[in-house]
Amino acid sequence: MSTTKETILSPIFDNNPIALQILGICSALAVTSNLQTTVVMCIALTLVTAFSNMSVSLIRHHIPSSIRIIVQMTIIASLVIVVDQVLKAFAYSISKQLSVFVGLIITNCIVMGRAEAFAMKNPPIPSFIDGVGNGLGYSIILLTLGFIRELFGAGKLFGVEILPLVSEGGWYQPNGMLLLPPSAFFLIGLLIWGLRTWKKSQVEQPDYKLAAHSKYKEAM
Amino acid sequence: MSANDSIKKTITVSVLLCLVCSVLVSGAAVMLRDTQKQNKQLDKQRSILEIAGLMQPDKSIAEQFAAITPKIVDLQSGQFTDEINASGYDQRKAAKDPKQSDIVPADQDIASIKRKAHYATVYVVEKNNSIDTIILPVHGYGLWSTMYGFLALKGDTKTVVGFGFYDQGETPGLGGEVDNPKWKALWTGKEVFDDQFKVKINLVKGAANPSNPNFDHQVDGLAGATLTTRGVENLLHYWLGENGFGPFLANLRAGKA
Repeated sequence: MSTTKETILSPIFDNNPIALQILGICSALAVTSNLQTTVVMCIALTLVTAFSNMSVSLIRHHIPSSIRIIVQMTIIASLVIVVDQVLKAFAYSISKQLSVFVGLIITNCIVMGRAEAFAMKNPPIPSFIDGVGNGLGYSIILLTLGFIRELFGAGKLFGVEILPLVSEGGWYQPNGMLLLPPSAFFLIGLLIWGLRTWKKSQVEQPDYKLAAHSKYKEAM
Repeated sequence: MSANDSIKKTITVSVLLCLVCSVLVSGAAVMLRDTQKQNKQLDKQRSILEIAGLMQPDKSIAEQFAAITPKIVDLQSGQFTDEINASGYDQRKAAKDPKQSDIVPADQDIASIKRKAHYATVYVVEKNNSIDTIILPVHGYGLWSTMYGFLALKGDTKTVVGFGFYDQGETPGLGGEVDNPKWKALWTGKEVFDDQFKVKINLVKGAANPSNPNFDHQVDGLAGATLTTRGVENLLHYWLGENGFGPFLANLRAGKA
C-alpha cells in the first residue's frame, strides 16, 4: 500500500508539522532541554494524535458540524488526561519535569489540525496512520533539538556525560543559553532553513503537499 | 441541513461523547490513584533521605525511611503536639486552608510565603534516645517559583547535615542549580546560628573564602541567579527565625519540646 507509506512518511520531511506548518512550537521550546523528557513528550504526542485521529474518524459521520471542534477537543482532552495520569503513575520523575506540558498537548495545534484536516474526512485506519506520521514528524524535530540542546548545553545525552564539563574537571565549557527555551527558536529556524534548502518546493509552494491530501481523499 | 445538524442529534452526540469520555478519564484516574500517591510519597521520602545523608541505594526507600519518625510541631508554641496525626497531615495543603493557616504579615514575610500553616511536619532521626538529626521543611519564593525543600540539622540544631529542594521551578542552568549535588554538598557542616543562637547564614557572591572568620556561616551564591540565591537566604532566615522554627529549636535545645 503505497498510500499508507505516503501517509506515514510525508509528514516527516515533506510536510513536517513543525518545520513546514509551524505548529506545536510551544512544547518544542519547553521540553527539549534534555533528551529524556523529549522522548517521553514525543511518545505522548504521537499516541494522542494517533488515537484522537482514530476516534474522531470513527464517529466522523455522526459529528454535527456545528459542534465538531468541541467534539474533537473533548476526545483530545480525555486522551491527554489519560496519558498524564499514566505518566504520573509509572514515570513520576519524568512527569514532574514535563509538568504542565503534557496537559498542554490538548492545545497543541498538530493534534487539532490533524483531527480537523484529515480524520474528519478519512476512515479510521488511515487516520490512525496519519496521526502516527505527524507524531513522528513532530518527534524528529524535537529529538534533533533535544540532542543539540542537551549535548552542547549540558555536555550530556540522556543524562550520561559525553563532553566532560569544566566545572567537573573536564574541558568542555557548556553553552548555558541552549538550556533556555529561546535557544530552541534559533535551532528551529536553522532547521527550517536547512530543510527548505534541501527541499526547494517547500519555499515556493508551501501548500503543494496539502494538495496531495485532497487527491488522496478523491481516491477513496 | 443534514440530519447530523438537527438539535436532537447534536444533543445525543454530545451527551454520549461526554459519557464515554468521562468514563474513560475517571476510570484511568481511579485505577491509577494508588500508584500515583505511592510515587509522590516515595519521592518525598527519597529527598528526605538524601538530604539527611541517609540514602543507601541498595536498600528500598520504605525500609530506610523506617529510621525516620515524622512528628508534628505547633509553630506557635514551638512544641511537639499529638493533636493531629502526622501520617495524614499535609502541610502544603494546610498552608492554603484558611482554617489551618494564618496570613503572614507583609513585614515579616521575607520568604514571600503569604500563608503559614499552624502545624509543621518535622522528621526526626533518633539514636540512643537522643535526637541525632532533625529535618525541617522549608519553603520560600525564588525568582519564578516557590521552592520547597528540607533542611537537616544535627542534634545541636546548629550544624547543617544537608539542605536541598524537592520541588522548584527556577531557571534551568542558573537558579535551577539549587539542585546541583555539588552546591548542595557545600552546605554540609555549615552552621546556621551563631553562638547566641541568632540566625547567621549568608550566601555570598562568588565563592566563600575559607580564611574568613565567618566561613562556617557562608555558602557560595549561585552564579547568574542573584534572585534565587536571595530567595534561598530569605527562606532560611524566615524558617529559622522566631516566626518559623526558632521557638521550636530553642525548646529542643532546652529539652522542653
